[in-house]
Amino acid sequence: MEKNYMKLEFLSKSSNESFARVVVAAFASQLDPTLEELSDIKTAVSEAVTNAIIHGYEYGEGIITLEAKIIDNEIEILVEDKGMGIADIKQAMEPFYTSKPNLERSGMGFTVMETFMDSLEIESKKGEGTKVRMRKKFNSLTSKE
Amino acid sequence: MYISVEKHKDNLLIQFKGELDHHSSEIVRQKIDQQYLDHGLKNIILDLRGLTFMDSSGIGLIMGRYKNCLEKKGKMSIVNDNPHVDKILKMSGLLKIINVYPTIESAIENI
Repeated sequence: MEKNYMKLEFLSKSSNESFARVVVAAFASQLDPTLEELSDIKTAVSEAVTNAIIHGYEYGEGIITLEAKIIDNEIEILVEDKGMGIADIKQAMEPFYTSKPNLERSGMGFTVMETFMDSLEIESKKGEGTKVRMRKKFNSLTSKE
Repeated sequence: MYISVEKHKDNLLIQFKGELDHHSSEIVRQKIDQQYLDHGLKNIILDLRGLTFMDSSGIGLIMGRYKNCLEKKGKMSIVNDNPHVDKILKMSGLLKIINVYPTIESAIENI
């Protein structure tokens, strides 16, 4: 069984959104993903990190933790903040729902994560923070074996 | 992110280059709205072919500009040939209300 792991902490600044997705893409490249698979995980990471900045820390300063684990041909990505937490996860996951309509958010963040990844789990406690865990299997390696 | 904003009669043509995310969408929105509203233009054409990345912040940006267009009784068109951008556009349902063309010329002709 192939295993690998990485962990990164960075400030909740919007300029770190591209940093986070590039890091995950570089880490995932050892699985030899297709361009589409790579762009799917970059998009999902971007959504999770953007949520942490806008909703978790509400544009304030905080630390976002990004972890990625590779087990065989699957990547598991964890994006965690210690911000305000989500009051109602079910509502937050509804397509087009946004708690900040004045900001022109599309309300599609969790829908994108769900669609582009194989699985999505959200753990959140009000006042303590949010953990978003996503998994995706890459087909490129399996097809070569 | 780099955008060029040009006026063509009463159309505003915006060409994107780079990555459109939450970070870059704020400044892009200001640039577009300033040109569109200051010059009293009607239609908006978004050329997304130069985008190397777009997430749901791009969808929010397009939705907001689309609403402005509706208020001015104008139309919005998208120029795109990028499969990643197409995937997220399809998911958002925006393609049910906004037409996509392969070239700027065809978008201007049909607006």
